[in-house]
Amino acid sequence: MTHDAAPVRGAARTRSLGSAKSGAADAWRMHVTAVALIPLSLAFVWIAVSLVGKDYAGARAELAQPCQAIVLLLFILAGVFHMRTGMRSIIDDYVHSPHAKEWALVANSLFSATLGVALIFAALKLGLSAGSP
Amino acid sequence: MTEVEVNLSRPESRRPLSPHLEIYRPTLTMMMSIAHRITGVALYGGTLLLAWYLIAAASGPGAFAAASWFLNSIIGKFILFGFTWALFHHLLGGVRHIIWDAGYGLDDPEREWLAKATLIGGGALTVLVWIIALLRA
Repeated sequence: MTHDAAPVRGAARTRSLGSAKSGAADAWRMHVTAVALIPLSLAFVWIAVSLVGKDYAGARAELAQPCQAIVLLLFILAGVFHMRTGMRSIIDDYVHSPHAKEWALVANSLFSATLGVALIFAALKLGLSAGSP
Repeated sequence: MTEVEVNLSRPESRRPLSPHLEIYRPTLTMMMSIAHRITGVALYGGTLLLAWYLIAAASGPGAFAAASWFLNSIIGKFILFGFTWALFHHLLGGVRHIIWDAGYGLDDPEREWLAKATLIGGGALTVLVWIIALLRA
């Protein structure tokens, strides 16, 4: 593969038409969260498997462990940003009417933020508790 | 398909558009790209299940018993199996994207090989995790 700055086909037609808005920042956010999510999702699966067959007290004790709680919080944080940005690019690609697009983007942000706060609150409450109350 | 509104007085409307998907012959890499998006959307919705489980565990024994009962039911297990597959498929698809972003694996034999590895790897990891999980249950 060569990385020479070859003239991009059609570049003359796009010049002076303005940027494609926040595309580059979104691509970078996707990249960073994706890299973080490789080890974090594997660790999350490990925690999920260790919860299989556990009763209430067992699950509480597991989720009260500092390592499990920290991994879960990092997974939630990276995951929520990743899914919001990913859904945003899907909306950008498929929702063409400006009005519907605006509403879809607002709904996406509100859903991701609500879910993020709910998950972080639950994980913190479980992590800070002394196992089974 | 929705028509794109074209207003030539606005500069953004004069930006050229990419050719549409329908003109291409279906290929494995194209299907994998679509599968990456579909699994992404599935995981987006699937987080609600994780939220239910964690909030239930944080709420008390009654709420936990309800969530636990659902996840251990046939439907619950089916959804969890799908979630596991979507997660691994999307995870390996993401690794593929990172390899591409670094400038590798974009040419003919490599990209086909990567697509097959993602497909087989996602299935294999899902089965492996479920064998471990079912042995523990």
